[in-house]
Amino acid sequence: MLTLEEKQIIRTNLGRLPNPTEMHVFDAMWSEHCSYKSSKHWLKQLYTEGKHVISGPGENAGVIDIGDGDKLVFKIESHNHPSFIEPYQGAATGVGGIMRDIFTMGARPIANLNSLHFGSENDRRVIDGVVKGIADYGNCVGVPTVSSKCYFSDCYTENPLVNAMTVGYTNKEIFTSVPNKKGIIVYVGAKTGRDGIGGAIMASEEFTEGENKRPTVQVGDPFQEKLLLESSLELFETGTVIAAQDMGAAGILSSTSEVALKGHYGIELDLAEVPLREEGMEPWEILLSESQERMIFVLDEDKAKKQDVYKIFEKWDLDCFILGRLTDTNNYVVTVKDEIVCDIPLKVLEAPELIRATEDRSEKRKQYFYPPQIVADFDMTWIKEQYDSQVMGNTIKSFGNVAIVRIPNSTKAIAMTTAANPYYCNYNPQLGVKSIIRNCHANLDAIGSVPLAITNCLNFGNPENPEIMWEFTETIEGMREVCEELKFPVVSGNVSFYNETSGKSIIPTPVIGGVGLIDNYENINYNISRQ
Amino acid sequence: MKTSIIIFPGSNCDNETERFLYAYTGVKPVRVWHKETTLPDVDLFVLPGGFSYGDYLRAGALANYSPILKELKKTNKKILGICNGFQILCEAGLLPGTLRINKTQEFICKPVTICRGYDKYIIPIAHAEGNYYHPYPADFTFGADGTAGVSIAYTYAEDVNGSVDFIAGIWHNNVLGMMPHPERAFESYHCSNDGFKVLDDFMEEKYKNENKI
Repeated sequence: MLTLEEKQIIRTNLGRLPNPTEMHVFDAMWSEHCSYKSSKHWLKQLYTEGKHVISGPGENAGVIDIGDGDKLVFKIESHNHPSFIEPYQGAATGVGGIMRDIFTMGARPIANLNSLHFGSENDRRVIDGVVKGIADYGNCVGVPTVSSKCYFSDCYTENPLVNAMTVGYTNKEIFTSVPNKKGIIVYVGAKTGRDGIGGAIMASEEFTEGENKRPTVQVGDPFQEKLLLESSLELFETGTVIAAQDMGAAGILSSTSEVALKGHYGIELDLAEVPLREEGMEPWEILLSESQERMIFVLDEDKAKKQDVYKIFEKWDLDCFILGRLTDTNNYVVTVKDEIVCDIPLKVLEAPELIRATEDRSEKRKQYFYPPQIVADFDMTWIKEQYDSQVMGNTIKSFGNVAIVRIPNSTKAIAMTTAANPYYCNYNPQLGVKSIIRNCHANLDAIGSVPLAITNCLNFGNPENPEIMWEFTETIEGMREVCEELKFPVVSGNVSFYNETSGKSIIPTPVIGGVGLIDNYENINYNISRQ
Repeated sequence: MKTSIIIFPGSNCDNETERFLYAYTGVKPVRVWHKETTLPDVDLFVLPGGFSYGDYLRAGALANYSPILKELKKTNKKILGICNGFQILCEAGLLPGTLRINKTQEFICKPVTICRGYDKYIIPIAHAEGNYYHPYPADFTFGADGTAGVSIAYTYAEDVNGSVDFIAGIWHNNVLGMMPHPERAFESYHCSNDGFKVLDDFMEEKYKNENKI
């Protein structure tokens, strides 16, 4: 929820009181989840350069060049809060969201990885739900899940962490969410319902016991995602796409405003024609709905008409219509038929950066100490067998420390891994994150690949607590130093704050996903088990 | 030997099946979208694995109403259904029996040993509904080709998913359906290259290893 000061800033900048719809818009856009207001300042310090980096943080996913015009697109993302409320749907939509981030950029997802943190091996409600959610979604879309790692500690009992990573591949053009010219905004995919309204706000608050948050969780439909994936890739080939953005947190609102802000254009939307699952939805509900499997494309109007690109969506039986257009006004304007329900200058919509107070807790660290919980008899085979690791027929090695997937129709292969060590990070955040990244680099190296880049998922407690903020800044500092030293750039990432329930916070849990390149998979210097 | 892959919305093993057939025949397979109403002139049609229509209602149930199925029911060319393709063929009545949810109630992905007579192949499975059921499996001939009535083409070496008589594949006339994925067993890094042996079993002598790379 907005603080009193934030409401005052909005009032001053807007020069008037926002109407109720606009209040909802600010509420969502200024939430931690959408705005990254607490972390933005610090994330700028990360090492993000390298000669093979095509696109770094700030886009839907990072892009690196692996030679011969081949590109890899990858990112790791958290879906922690929804996975605690409703493990199955929370984890499933987490996988769906990250895969959408990848194909929004024009790349076909070729591998899924995940890093899961649970309270204990007996917490079957969460473990069973999360594993089945990830399996059902990934298997149905047809992307192999090649790596899964589980960690256990008491502090995750009420704050389980579900971090999903997807790697995509393309040898064609990369599409971003930055429009370089004006165009029409086309809405594609599932119908809009009341699910997930307020999800972004929910993920930006602590949890207290006994609250019913289930309606804020989205519901996934992997079949729609598969159709959306195939039709999007077909649309990108027509050359009519100017920009693309998937709808994640705060749905239509954040996707459209992001496109407009990045391209320095204004935007006009008409909500009258949005296909709805239920009647009587308010304009703010339509804007904020987090119904899954939806995307927007900015298309060149003339070219799109000439080539009749809408036929593609007809073929795949998907809803598709013109939602609005980019304008020169620099305002975010939403109408329902002829009634204007929201008119905000885009500059005002952007949340201000916050530099939160930090407080060194290294002296107190002993009382925070969590020993690593090694669950020797936890049956990973049960998890592995539920994931389809072989679909697409390119999997060379799955599970274990590093997974290897071949690039389709090529001798090149990609080595991928996720790494975490929350116990060490709790003891010393800076040294902890350094050890994780070195470990990740060494693992990729050892299998015979050239480590290229990483993606990070930073899971922390409530940033309003100076000690948590200190853990965060220490982690960033450690990451910056070690990445620079290893020339191992960060190309994408995600920050998840407020992993705290009833005053009990998680220990700092940065999760790193690393990617390396193998020139010829026939020469892998590794004893690949046939399993 | 010319081949064709029938693609439904939700099919997701089409690309590797294409590579598999290309490696076997040396000819690029013809991709056919399920809304089409004519069949290309080929020797083998393959229904690939995946989740046609998201497995809504039942695995394979809705794909049965695709226009192309009408044509497939009329053809006398060979038809191979893999995984979801097998489920579609059972729903369409081209093969007897049905596929229920695995006895573990969960998805299973692992390489398994399947048997045909004295031959043993290692081929991966990946399915949630592969538990084959038929009330009178004793009526089926064992290990024959499908010309003299329904034949059990492949059996699992052990009970994997609860299938009656450990059945992994069924062959009747020109139609073969199987749950294991031969297209995931042919490259150097796969668990085996036994996938080609399935095509050797199914196709007539004259097509065998014709252009195999």
